[in-house]
Amino acid sequence: MFRATLKSLLARKVRLILSGLAVVLGVMFVSGAFVLTDTLGRSFDSVFADGFSEIDVNVAAKPKVQVNEMEGEQTVAPLPAALVDRVKQVPGAASATGVVNADGARVIGSNGKVVTSFGPPQLGENWTGESELLKLREGRAPQAEDEIVINKALATAAKVQVGQKVGVLTAFESKKRDFTLVGVFGYSGDRDSIGGVNEVFFTTPVAQRLMLGEPDVFSSITVQAAGGVSDEKLRDDVARTLGADFEVKTGEQVAADASASLKEGLSFFNKILLGFAAVALLVGTFLILNTFSIIVAQRTRELALMRAIGASGRQIIGSVVLEAIAVGLIASVLGLAAGIGVGALLAFLFGKLAGGLTLAGIGVPAAAVIGSFAVGLVITVVAALLPALRASRIPPIAAMQDVATPDRPLTKVTVAGSLVTGIGAVLLFLGLSGNAGGQTLSTILGGVLFAFIGVALLTPLISRPVVSLLGAIFSWSVPGKLGRLNSGRNPRRTAITAAALMVGIALVTGVTVILDSAKGSISALAQDTIKAELVIAGQQGGPRPPTFDPGVLDKAKALPGVRMVDGEYGDMGRIDGEGTWVAASSDIASLRQIFGAKPTAGDIDRLGPTQMLASSDTATSRGWSVGSTVNVQLTRGEARTYTISGIYESSQLTNPVTLPATAAKDFAIPQPIQGFIQLDPGTRVSDVQPQVEALLADSPEVSVADRDAFIKQQTSSLDGLLTMIQILLALAIVIAVLGIINTLALSVLERTRELGLLRAIGLRRSQTMGMITVEAVVISVFGALLGVVVGTGLGAAVVEALKDEGITDLILPWGQMGVFLGLAAIIGVVAAVLPAIRAARINVLGAIAHD
Amino acid sequence: MTATVGQQAQAAARANDVWKVYGSGEAQVIALRGVSAEFERGRFTAIMGPSGSGKSTLMHCLAGLDSVTRGTVSIGETTVTGLGDAGLTKLRRDKVGFIFQQFNLLPTLTAKENILLPLSIAGRKPDPAWYDTVIETVGLKDRLDHRPAQLSGGQQQRVACARALVSRPEVIFADEPTGNLDSRSGAEVLNFLRNSVREHGQTIVMVTHDPTAAAYADRVVFLADGEIVSELIEPTAETVLDTMKKLDTAAEVGN
Repeated sequence: MFRATLKSLLARKVRLILSGLAVVLGVMFVSGAFVLTDTLGRSFDSVFADGFSEIDVNVAAKPKVQVNEMEGEQTVAPLPAALVDRVKQVPGAASATGVVNADGARVIGSNGKVVTSFGPPQLGENWTGESELLKLREGRAPQAEDEIVINKALATAAKVQVGQKVGVLTAFESKKRDFTLVGVFGYSGDRDSIGGVNEVFFTTPVAQRLMLGEPDVFSSITVQAAGGVSDEKLRDDVARTLGADFEVKTGEQVAADASASLKEGLSFFNKILLGFAAVALLVGTFLILNTFSIIVAQRTRELALMRAIGASGRQIIGSVVLEAIAVGLIASVLGLAAGIGVGALLAFLFGKLAGGLTLAGIGVPAAAVIGSFAVGLVITVVAALLPALRASRIPPIAAMQDVATPDRPLTKVTVAGSLVTGIGAVLLFLGLSGNAGGQTLSTILGGVLFAFIGVALLTPLISRPVVSLLGAIFSWSVPGKLGRLNSGRNPRRTAITAAALMVGIALVTGVTVILDSAKGSISALAQDTIKAELVIAGQQGGPRPPTFDPGVLDKAKALPGVRMVDGEYGDMGRIDGEGTWVAASSDIASLRQIFGAKPTAGDIDRLGPTQMLASSDTATSRGWSVGSTVNVQLTRGEARTYTISGIYESSQLTNPVTLPATAAKDFAIPQPIQGFIQLDPGTRVSDVQPQVEALLADSPEVSVADRDAFIKQQTSSLDGLLTMIQILLALAIVIAVLGIINTLALSVLERTRELGLLRAIGLRRSQTMGMITVEAVVISVFGALLGVVVGTGLGAAVVEALKDEGITDLILPWGQMGVFLGLAAIIGVVAAVLPAIRAARINVLGAIAHD
Repeated sequence: MTATVGQQAQAAARANDVWKVYGSGEAQVIALRGVSAEFERGRFTAIMGPSGSGKSTLMHCLAGLDSVTRGTVSIGETTVTGLGDAGLTKLRRDKVGFIFQQFNLLPTLTAKENILLPLSIAGRKPDPAWYDTVIETVGLKDRLDHRPAQLSGGQQQRVACARALVSRPEVIFADEPTGNLDSRSGAEVLNFLRNSVREHGQTIVMVTHDPTAAAYADRVVFLADGEIVSELIEPTAETVLDTMKKLDTAAEVGN
């Protein structure tokens, strides 16, 4: 029995390859995601381990506001310089060095543009001498106030040489300042950077002033242990001496912690990739289900014979499941291998992109192996169960009769489909209306899954009228007519093939509807409310938003024709212990005059140094009213008490909380991120724009644009997101295409005799190919049509649910939908190529004699 | 009861007042009208009749492949009627062998593997002596490693016969075994079937519409319109043909 199963499997290997390929692609996605994140994770581990290898013990202030990897880089408050001497006194400490090390040192390259790192921080530090790890390659250490050294990778990227004047923007000065590059350094092992980090070393006083904002402070103190003193002992001694206000860690701990926070981000990334893998696998499930159904149908006689000579129903199920296990196993192995390749390739590309991250060896984590096999096997076996069950119900008498199994009525499947679709709709409704308790996301995802399966079950019923309508387009020619009839011949098979394509297209359409609606709504709102003709902003290329010199604000205000100028600052702060996004406006009057904010309580036109404004939503949820006092802790400085002096109506564009402009100096980024310029009535934008541009000459990270260009630029991040999602979903569509090829190939095989007959009575080769192509196009356009409809429905439901979040306009991407349908037609043609060639090559005589 | 047990032990298969009705109302077709027949152990019985006479239906019912509307069917000491799927499976495994018109060999397996398939499905080891005898009798010794596609029609059908014989079933049902063969190959297969009855005491029930084929049997049962209408012992092709002609005339007169 076992042998018979394996032999029949081998005999149909070509047929199973295509469906196996679907599993391979899905599993590849899974294992690739794990390999990529694992490799990057270990690479970061070694980067940090290296970076902190020369530190025995590190002393830093406790962060005042904890931020996670998603919210941005952690900025620590500075330590007083006097602390260095106290640490030196600790017995067992050989030396203690005050270190300035902060993000935000941006070098202007020889092309006048800021060199971006695309991820890793851009550190500004104080020069404390060479070490085992860090060696000057050229030049000398910085000695004067206007001297810097930078790492080799940065020098290469900026195309600057020792001796040249180099412009640098720093954390506390977003106005270009010129320095002389006196040296370039590298790291041991001939590395130009550690993990793609850009580094600028200043003399200590300059670093303190520009990177930390005040003299005589350090961001951390590194301590070397005296001979015979362990790092842990020294750490405990230092901690005891300094008290509880400081974080004292060994170098190893610092490295592990820094790496852990990055890995948190990586694991989130991993989950996203796995989500897309799940979509691909869902589509793969349809494909496998279909292949096994067809194979079982084709083997009816063989299976009936097995039953007739004594095989039990259970043995038949066993043999089909065994086949599935074999396919799943092989596909998992191939998928795992392909995933390792893809993961390694992506890690390599990522390393290049992130400015030369030295990759740790490619590793295959246990999760990748377990995940691959679990997913590959489970998906294949689950998909094969239904066909296996059907196989076991084949009566032994079928071995003697040449009866084709009559097309079973669609009643059962339609009822089941309606039921499942209904469950999906209910889940979606619960999830989207926020009635799912804490399970909103999983309820919505479950709803989408149920909706897909339900619609797939309903597809056979829908397929009849729709396919015949679609096919009518081709009915002018005989091959077209035959192709159309063929595609309507087995509604279940057509339906499930189309349903596989539906899933991918529906998700793409749904996401497009949501993002386009979000974009349209936000643009419309911004256009309606922002009353600024010119906006200063830059394109964000890393974790840190572009900033500019606050001095520009005053100078712009003084320009003729300018009525009001506002610079916007922002940061994560802690208000009454809860993390809250806080903003500050350089001119509080702009809140009403530029952003159209409406007061709901108190006064929002002015703001004293200890007063604060809140949006109505924030005030309601936190229980604040005018006169409430709150405790605000910013990234730097001490906690302060503010009194709520006004509340403004919430909208998409309002900040939760607005602090006085003076508070901005304690923000992690104490520079304005955006500037809004309102002109006097009658002033021409084109008159003012060049003048503002000239003012920004020393702030190369930003530029000035008119309002519409600014809105477009701000919403363009959504376009990037959409493109990324579309690329990731493309895999699901590729798998669906495999499904179409598979279905057609099997149909051609099944109809060998019929095709031979058609050829015998005079159908030309080209006409045969045309017939198969029409069949494919009808199936794929049907699938895409379903996908567009279902996707639009899902998207519209989500948009409806987000009405309160400000997505008020439902925007249907008609153009995109047209593209999908056109694409589906092309997909159909492409999928038909091989089966059509095969059909055209059928030997006429052989086919008719074929039994 | 004891008396009937002895009698039943003589019959390898029995049909007792078997009715088979397909469909209902206007579309109702009565395929069998109260057929009672016994098929003795160690004999080669042919069932004949014009197409539509119900001969295939009778065989399907006897073999437990189809359910009966009324009456009972038994094979050996087992009452087939009323058996569930598990019981039927066990019956097919242990007591029944099949030979089909289309040979129905698995194309992926060699001749030897095809022959041993029923045993391997049942998880039994072949009796080596019996296996050798069967192979010897079908004369396929040098073709055992061939695939069905590499064998002629007659050879394929002989493999199918060997497959049915190897598990020593109570009764072998053959459905038009020579229908797809030329006359020489057909004669070979029929000789082989007759020998297995004469030499090894195998019971065979064969459905055919070919008088020459029926002449190889020990006994011919004639069916028309779902009823047993005649019977011949030790038939020859001529006597069978004559009976058939009479039946046709009777049918025409009846019409």
